[in-house]
Parts: sequence; structure tokens; C-alpha cells
Amino acid sequence: MTDAAYVSLPADRTAARLGVLAVRFTTTFTGLDSVGIEKGELVLRVRRDRLLDLMLRLRDDPGFRFEQMMDLCGVDFPARRERFEVVYNLLSLTHNNRIRVITTTDETQPVPSVHRIWPCATWWERECYDLFGVVFSGQPDLRRILTDYGFEGHPLRKDFPLTGHVEMRYDADRRACIYEPVSLTQDFRNFDFESPWEGVLTLPGDEKVHETRQGPEYRVPPEAAR
Amino acid sequence: MSVTTTGSNDLVWNREALPPGPEQEAVVRGITGEMADKGFVVANLDRVVNWARTGSLWPMTFGLACCAVEMIHAYMPRYDLDRFGIIPRASPRQSDVMIVAGTLTNKMAPALRRVYDQMAEPRWVISMGSCANGGGYYHYSYSVVRGCDRVVPVDVYVPGCPPTAEALVYGIMQLQKKIRRTGTILRD
Repeated sequence: MTDAAYVSLPADRTAARLGVLAVRFTTTFTGLDSVGIEKGELVLRVRRDRLLDLMLRLRDDPGFRFEQMMDLCGVDFPARRERFEVVYNLLSLTHNNRIRVITTTDETQPVPSVHRIWPCATWWERECYDLFGVVFSGQPDLRRILTDYGFEGHPLRKDFPLTGHVEMRYDADRRACIYEPVSLTQDFRNFDFESPWEGVLTLPGDEKVHETRQGPEYRVPPEAAR
Repeated sequence: MSVTTTGSNDLVWNREALPPGPEQEAVVRGITGEMADKGFVVANLDRVVNWARTGSLWPMTFGLACCAVEMIHAYMPRYDLDRFGIIPRASPRQSDVMIVAGTLTNKMAPALRRVYDQMAEPRWVISMGSCANGGGYYHYSYSVVRGCDRVVPVDVYVPGCPPTAEALVYGIMQLQKKIRRTGTILRD
């Protein structure tokens, strides 16, 4: 057996195993929006109301046995009607499988909490609520977890300004740390690399690196580089 | 003032010199007391106190982020802050200096201020690294204090991201210099 074959074998096995899993999902579950392999990883998109059924079977069905939830996170797509995605990354130690389950929601529609299936979900759901404002129904402890006490807004939403609305300093008169409206001495500089005025894409003497990065159609003519 | 060494009774100020005995001793005691009042001895005591303070700067360990790793390096055998008499304390009541090592977030700021308030006078603050100096990488963040000097008064700023352990040791030596030059046993 050559080295190349030896190396490629486990990857092929993983792909085959994921393919089998994908077929089983499509045949056994209803309410799945899509099942697909994206970048070598199995992704399930599911409707919100079918989430708990699916998750429970994923954990308890002897054919799946996803005993661990590795991660829960949110994604914000402001242009979509249901702007948030809630992403669950699951791991089955029994079968050595990893899958990703994705569901969508908006600012008001609650997502059913999975903290009874995986207790570790509690803190992640709190984090997702804190940073995105996604509401989880059936979650008894839906408080903020990361941001300051009394923080307003959900900072990982795309429409939340980077610098926020308030900043903190110590007030000697009141003997306490207080919040004040943000006042920056210098604005945040957003570099626009597309602009002909700002966009220094290629540094002198760096043309080759630039070409590798951008492709040959961005080749800088020698006279322009000079 | 070579005349004082002669001990002659002919000098004007010494014409009514007392012979040795209890009376003379009483006068000497009075003069010693007067000198103490006028502060000759206090000036020297100042130096002794500053020497003692610079020789046992006990820092409050306030490692907030990656700078804390460099602070730990400074404590470890290679740089060995112990040779300066610097021993990390876990209690603000026992510490003289607070090393703010790392990003100070809005949520942490009240706790930092409380720890500073609990430290006994005289107390100093070393701000270590870009984040503590002025927000650094997180200057435009919604959740970070733009410099720990917005919360506590800072004596020495150590630049770097993170500063090397050597830089922190240098900062501590600068603080010792500052204490030696400006330190006083008078209260503010």
C-alpha cells in the first residue's frame, strides 16, 4: 500500500459513512428542510417545530447516538426573513460521527430549548440569547451570560454598532464606575481596499505575492508597478 | 565649622559652658528633642522608609488576559521578581502595587476599582500592556474600558502587546525609582 492510499483511506471512509447517514436521515425523518454534505461535513436543516423530536432521536436512537453537543451558536443574516440561524454541532462517540443541525428564527419566534436533552446547552443558549437576542422556549434560566449586568442590546447582531452606545469610567464624586455615552477621540478607520484612493493592493516589490493571491488577471503591468 | 572641634571655652557661644554632669545632660537632651522636632531625623527616616518600600513591593495579582502569562514569566526563576522582594499576594489588604495585566472589560472594571479601594495606602498601579494602557486591540469594542486609567490612577505604563517579562521588570524598576524620588511618609 502506498502512502497516498493509506492517507486517503480514512477520509474516504468518513465521506462514505456520512453519505450513509445522510440517506438514513432523508428516509427516516420528516420535517427536514435539507440534508447535505457541505465541505465534507454533514449538515441538517430542520424546521423549528420539529427540532426537539429530531434532537431526541439523534441522541437516543441506537443508530445515531449523538451523546454530546459540542457547540451551539448563532449566525445573523440581516437580509433574510428569518434572520438568525441557530447551529448545533453534535458528536457521537459511539459511531465517531459529527453532524451539524441548523434551524432558523427571527427576533421574536422562540426556538425550543434542548437543555433537557443536553444539559450543557443551558449556558450556550444563554450566550446565544445574550449576543443575538434569540429566545429559547422552555429555558428556565434565560439570563445574559457574557455582557455586563444591565447591558442593553445584542452585540453580535449585524446592526449593533461596533463601539456600542456607552463607555465606562470611574466617577470620583459618586465613587462608582459609571456609564457615559461613547465619545471617541478618533473614529474607527475602515480601510476600503477597493477604492482607487485608499486601495493599495500591491506594495512595490510585492507583485508576485499579489498575483498569487489575486490570480493572474490581477497581474500588475511592470510600468504601473514602477 | 572647624571651630566646633576645638572645644575651647574661649569662644563666645561656649563661654558659659556647663561642666559635665546632670545639668549638662539635661541641656543635651533638650537640644536632641528640639532637633527631632525640627525634622533632621525625619528626612533620613524618609529614605529608610522608601528603601523598605522599594525593597518589598508586594503586588496584587490582577492577571486579566494574556499579559498575565508574561507577568508569570517575570515571577519565574529566569527573571525572578523575588530577588526584588516582590511576592505576589492574593489579598489587596496585603499589597502595595496592583499590576493590571490584560484587557479590562466593562464588567470587570467595578471589581478592579473595588480591589484598588481595598488596598492600603500607600499604593501604586502598574498598567501592563496595550489593552490596559488604552484599550489596545479592543479600543473600539463595545465591552472594553479604553485604558485602565479611566478607572484607577496609574503610576507606570508598560507598553507592548504583550510586553516581555523583561519589560515588566523594567517597569517595576521605574516604579521603584519613582517611589525613591517622590515617596514620603506623609499622608496625602
